[in-house]
Amino acid sequence: MAYSEKVIEHAENPRNVGTLDKDDPSVGTGLVGAPACGDVMRLQIKVSDEGVIEDAKFKTFGCGSAIASSSLATEWIKGKKVEEAEAIRNVDIVNELNLPPVKIHCSVLAEDAIKSAIADYRAKQAAKRCAAE
Amino acid sequence: MAITLPIFMDYHSTTPVDPRVLEAMMPYFTQKFGNAASRSHAFGWSAEEAVDYAREKIAKLIGAQSEKEIVFTSGATESNNAAIKGVAEFYRDKGNHIITTVIEHKAVLDTCKKLEKEGFSVTYLPVSSDGRVDPAAVEAAITDKTILVSVMLANNEIGTIQPMAEIGAITRAKGVLLHTDAVQGVGKTPFDVQAMNVDLASITAHKMYGPKGVGALYVRRSKPRVRIVSQMDGGGHERGMRSGTLNVPGIVGFGKAAEIMLEEGPAEQIRVRALRERLRTKLQSALEETSINGSLEYRLAGNLNISFAFVEGEAMMMAIKDVAVSSGSACTSASLEPSYVLRALGVGDELAHSSIRFGLGRFNTEEEVDYVANLVIEKVKHLRNMSPLYEMHKEGIDLKSVAWVAH
Repeated sequence: MAYSEKVIEHAENPRNVGTLDKDDPSVGTGLVGAPACGDVMRLQIKVSDEGVIEDAKFKTFGCGSAIASSSLATEWIKGKKVEEAEAIRNVDIVNELNLPPVKIHCSVLAEDAIKSAIADYRAKQAAKRCAAE
Repeated sequence: MAITLPIFMDYHSTTPVDPRVLEAMMPYFTQKFGNAASRSHAFGWSAEEAVDYAREKIAKLIGAQSEKEIVFTSGATESNNAAIKGVAEFYRDKGNHIITTVIEHKAVLDTCKKLEKEGFSVTYLPVSSDGRVDPAAVEAAITDKTILVSVMLANNEIGTIQPMAEIGAITRAKGVLLHTDAVQGVGKTPFDVQAMNVDLASITAHKMYGPKGVGALYVRRSKPRVRIVSQMDGGGHERGMRSGTLNVPGIVGFGKAAEIMLEEGPAEQIRVRALRERLRTKLQSALEETSINGSLEYRLAGNLNISFAFVEGEAMMMAIKDVAVSSGSACTSASLEPSYVLRALGVGDELAHSSIRFGLGRFNTEEEVDYVANLVIEKVKHLRNMSPLYEMHKEGIDLKSVAWVAH
């Protein structure tokens, strides 16, 4: 399969590979996919008190397109407000990376990873407020 | 010796034409271009003579008793179709049951599926975790309706060599015909249609350093005399079993490739096995959590099918893009299903997605093996560092206990 230049570029030089402290209340972790399906993405965000994603990290088990999709996702959400990050759609990733139809699921997974990380962050914030009350 | 990139380690997919083979073929394109079926002039005679010589060498390579048992085709897919459909049609009155295995090439499996639609009944035998067919299972599956057993000599993905002689003893005793897709094994593992009681065998030139587009079907002529209904009708070439003008240059190349295999095959396999073992031991001593798919003992010398846990195969191939290999990860195919062969061994889907097939052959060198081993070790480590599964494994999390949300 021929990859687009952007996929190759991201896969060879992935941005924001790494791990944030999942126990930090300002960190949200999303883990999506399944090993048996050939792709698992973990995407983490660190959110400031003002609701801005100040850091994002990922680790991905998957093909070049899956790695590129998650790398691009972290690049896009860094510096965005949580609500803005939530608005990112998989088609945006498909268009940016020129993903072929057979690789669209990689972009879906990346969108899910963002949403899942945000949901985890919000759950933690809600739990924190509950504890404070 | 300097390394030239890219490096080819995908010899199960195809092989380069040996320069000696190409040299033998050349005159048959321009000067000796006759039609082997032209009986009336020297152009035809010299073409026929060259075809006969090739037929003899190919017959000798597989232990056939007569060169008349070799039917030239366009390749192994055609040979498999001609054998299985040809036997099914001819012996239909005798029975409608065929036995094969779940790890056959698609050219066999899809042919059998088509026959099922036409009223035949097919038994797909499982294989053990090391990829071998149990001869006792073949025997147990034979009924009074069974007309054909088709078991591959060696598997294209995992290189596992099947107990052909044991299976042949059973089919002969039971009076059932035995076909083998011998494409991957010929010249690379001992194969003798007489000793193994094989009745039909599919072979192809391009897996043994000959040209693409030419193959052969061995059809036994005595004890028993095997009959097939031809799948290609026309001028009655190849004793009516496969009509169509013979690909003379291709056949000459096939014959030369067989001749080289007869002379050099056994020594070559020793050298290739040493290269494979060099690659395997380097990888397995430098990397944790690797596993070999298929039997190490009953294995083609050039085959190494290995899973690097926590690393996806296609990402791996992209990371070593200067090395031509293949993967059981199906990310490249439309279905997104991992290899059915690895599944048949009971290799989990995650490890099937993590598999890489190295196929070593005639023109690989020790320097190439060392280069590839070092590159693979580096890239597996790199990809594991960005794998959430590897991190979880290192934290002591049992990945099987995680409630994954599959897509």
